[in-house]
Amino acid sequence: MSDINFLIVEDSPTMRQLIAFALKRIQKARVVEATDGVDALKKMVGQNFDMLFVDINMPVMDGLKFVSLVRADPAKKDVPIIMITTEGAEEDRKRALSLGASAYLTKPILIQELLQIVSQHLKQ
Amino acid sequence: MGPRKGEGKIQKKSEEFLQIFRKGEEFTQELLKENERLRFKLVELEEELKEMGKNRVKFLEERSRILEKEKKEIQERYRQVEAENKDFVAKYLDVEEENNNLANLYVASYQLHSTLDFNEVLRTVIEIVSNLIGAERFAIMIVDEMTEELKVIASEGLNKEDIPKVKSGEGIIGEVVITGESYFEEFVPGRTSKDLSKPVVCIPLKIKEKVIGVIAIYSLLIQKKGFINVDYELFNLLVGHTATAIFSSKLYTQSEGKLTTIQTFIDILNEKPL
Repeated sequence: MSDINFLIVEDSPTMRQLIAFALKRIQKARVVEATDGVDALKKMVGQNFDMLFVDINMPVMDGLKFVSLVRADPAKKDVPIIMITTEGAEEDRKRALSLGASAYLTKPILIQELLQIVSQHLKQ
Repeated sequence: MGPRKGEGKIQKKSEEFLQIFRKGEEFTQELLKENERLRFKLVELEEELKEMGKNRVKFLEERSRILEKEKKEIQERYRQVEAENKDFVAKYLDVEEENNNLANLYVASYQLHSTLDFNEVLRTVIEIVSNLIGAERFAIMIVDEMTEELKVIASEGLNKEDIPKVKSGEGIIGEVVITGESYFEEFVPGRTSKDLSKPVVCIPLKIKEKVIGVIAIYSLLIQKKGFINVDYELFNLLVGHTATAIFSSKLYTQSEGKLTTIQTFIDILNEKPL
């Protein structure tokens, strides 16, 4: 079984550490962290990720812009993207999903919820 | 042929006949005896068979009783195993929840103590309260030892200036400073406190038993449906760790400043006179 590569794009160090902590409980998980959209795009060069966790509100480049850029690349159109947002509003959810996000998690994140979403999308 | 000779022949034949007749009689007697013996044997066998049947029924009844008992025992064991299984599942879920809670606490504690920069500590506290607990509007306040007034040092979702000045012992916030006990208003999802002197949650920031400040929460994120175990654990962690993190970073920043001043003095003293 090969490694499962995750990329966390999140400006909050607390959230990054929590998500990474949860993901590392998955066997063969390899986690890369990025602090914003631009940092994430740099880290994606020459690397394939099995799943991306993207915060919506970030400095430099926000999550929605980042998702639209990732989806514009045909090689990455099927990579599951899980959006992380503070707002529970339906509009944000719809916007993120219309841009190509696969699912979304609302802060505060529950680890069991996060692991469930990972398991669902990795099976698909 | 004379009459005597003829009589002799008849005599002989009659004797032969009698002999045959006697043998026949003997044979018949033997047959009757054998018949009697066989009938007796038949009765005996029938009796035996009856006895065996009775025993067989008894045996089967006994066997059935044992099997029934075994079945009940197995069913009981199955129930026990089922109950144990449920118990293990519940325990597994508890351990899993505990594990997740510990992950939250570990991350919060790690982040709080990963820096000695005062502003970074405040940023971390804000992140914990908003991202891990799910508060929308809140303020971090420190008690001014001279005036006993609470000074807002950081806030999220509201302006520092909008928060009314509170003294120790005054209102909900002041009461928390005096008692050192956390205040939780009965949870109402989506509840927002417009009156900034009445937070929905107020927790003290303590170093041992001394309260040096509070975190006052005025509203929670709309998706927050209630506090769960991990939230209370995080509140407890914040009570004990935020104060020390804030205090030590403040002292470090002050000592850094003093060190720079002393270093400047030393540099001046070491400078060679022209």
